[in-house]
Amino acid sequence: MATPVLRWCCPGRRWVFAGIGGVSRHGRGVPTGSTSSGKRGQSSVAQQPLITAQKPRKGEREWAAVVGLEIHAQIASNSKLFSGSQVDFAAPPNSLVSFFDASLPGTLPVLNRRCVEAAVMTGLALDCHINRRSLFDRKHYFYADLPAGYQITQQRLPIAVNGSLAYSVCVGKRRSQMVTRTARVKQIQLEQDSGKSLHDSLRSQTLIDLNRAGVGLLEVVLEPDMSCGEEAAAAVRELQLILQALGTSQANMAEGQLRVDANISVHNPGEPLGIRTEVKNLNSARFLAKAIDYEIQRQINELENGGKILNETRSFDYKLGCTVPMRDKEGKQDYRLMPEPNLPPLLLYDSGSLPPGTDPQQVINIDQLREQLPELPRVTREKLVQQYGMLPEHSFALLNEVGLLEFFQNVIKETRAEPKKVTSWVLNTFLGFLKQQNLAVSESPVTPSALAELLDLLDRKAISSSAAKQVTDVKKGNPRAINKLIGLVRRATLGRADPTVIKEVLERQLSS
Amino acid sequence: MWTRAVWLGLRASAGGRRGFPSKADPQGSRRVTAELIEHLERLALVDFGSQEAVARLEKAIAFADRLRAVDTDGVEPMESVLEDRCLYLRSDNVVEGNCAEELLQNSHRVVEEYFVAPPGNISWPKLDEKEPFSHC
Repeated sequence: MATPVLRWCCPGRRWVFAGIGGVSRHGRGVPTGSTSSGKRGQSSVAQQPLITAQKPRKGEREWAAVVGLEIHAQIASNSKLFSGSQVDFAAPPNSLVSFFDASLPGTLPVLNRRCVEAAVMTGLALDCHINRRSLFDRKHYFYADLPAGYQITQQRLPIAVNGSLAYSVCVGKRRSQMVTRTARVKQIQLEQDSGKSLHDSLRSQTLIDLNRAGVGLLEVVLEPDMSCGEEAAAAVRELQLILQALGTSQANMAEGQLRVDANISVHNPGEPLGIRTEVKNLNSARFLAKAIDYEIQRQINELENGGKILNETRSFDYKLGCTVPMRDKEGKQDYRLMPEPNLPPLLLYDSGSLPPGTDPQQVINIDQLREQLPELPRVTREKLVQQYGMLPEHSFALLNEVGLLEFFQNVIKETRAEPKKVTSWVLNTFLGFLKQQNLAVSESPVTPSALAELLDLLDRKAISSSAAKQVTDVKKGNPRAINKLIGLVRRATLGRADPTVIKEVLERQLSS
Repeated sequence: MWTRAVWLGLRASAGGRRGFPSKADPQGSRRVTAELIEHLERLALVDFGSQEAVARLEKAIAFADRLRAVDTDGVEPMESVLEDRCLYLRSDNVVEGNCAEELLQNSHRVVEEYFVAPPGNISWPKLDEKEPFSHC
């Protein structure tokens, strides 16, 4: 049976899917499939042949997808949400577990102030309404890594509601235009993390490590305002940057500090929303967009073939590159939500409502936290654009790499060259070099001062830009090459540059 | 404590998915169906071993139903008896943990420093065939 050409529209960007399992190109390291002229490359997800039909067939339906996200971010705190045991990623199994975390009888939860502050700050950064009164609930389910048999969470009345997350995606034919999209934040709630299960299929057993049990989590619920994997990934990325700027979470997906579940459904535009599936285990930035797009395509295919979508929970299999149903779910889960009887309501105050004569340790002032909020990525980017006249894309790129912004600002401080030149050099030559050498900014052999000096020379027209580029190339070469390089530079500058100066600059760069 | 959970579930509730079969009769029939018993047993892992136990449950529900006699129109529901208490906030310091050995002593089986559990949740019907506390 010939594979039908399916039209799936991402608002603001109309493109036709060729074949099954087409994946949106994502600028941030999602593996790109083979490219065909002008059309989206097909991912290696499905083993279907690529059909590049040029014209849409008759009777073809248009599809729209909606994606909602539930993002769990581990709070950066010293101790856990309800107990005084340490929060640490790597420690001997079960060494960071208190009696409460192990759910021994007679233990009670005691709320960590830092976690509440983290929740409020995140809520403020996402323009949420902070609930002056919020409540804790118990969500019951049985699993070996949840010793109490329930998770303490804030389902009914969470700490923050009704906010928004602004993020940017690249649109246009050559994806050169940046547009801002918004996803509404339904709520932010405080909840406990569970322990870790290590499955040993050989001996048919599971090993449980409770070090993570009880660690504070911020669950950020985004409404289904996103329409494809790329938008979801961009939203997650922006949230990651915000959390890191606030210091409320390190939000490192590789270390499990940021976990994403996606709720995905498809429908024909103008008609009601379709049945949604929940895709769990999206813990890699790299595969987030891919997994979501796969699921969207799977649902489209299923419906196009006359099938039905089940309201089920699925998991993303990284090896196979597809979503699979999760087996350990017997029918619908009944969480028997009930108020947590051991915790009174959480009350927050602002400067106006602060009761007089209270212990400052025991009250949280929202206004005070608002004043102390660090600069958000959005504001930093705006400032960069205004101050240095760079394109928005550049400001995004500068914030996208750890330490790059600081590097850039240090170069700016020390050089007389034009900011636009600095931007171009940092984002193209310098960053390109780092990527090629697989280095982080912190591992760079080139210091901001060195680059600043190089740019000064360039500015004074003491050396040519090609010579300057060669300097960075020489970094990986041998020291003898420096003489060759000096010669080159001299020639390039038509003998005008002072060889001692050149050598000095080059040597400094090579030795740093 | 399951009485309370059951009663809370039987009331129409805002938020939270309770999934209890809604009773057509708002007063609540005094009979508890076998379906509901099975559902409760699966959810809470309690054992309503005998008809006596079921009868006791029905009596408990009837007892709790008497609360409906109270007129609560316009009264804000109470969340907990601790409502007027201050929620104590603890400073973010590490003061506990480091007692793996002690904790692991509680476990039936241990491998290195991990607790050992069956490979997944054992589905309820299978529990009839197996002894309750055996591990794989």
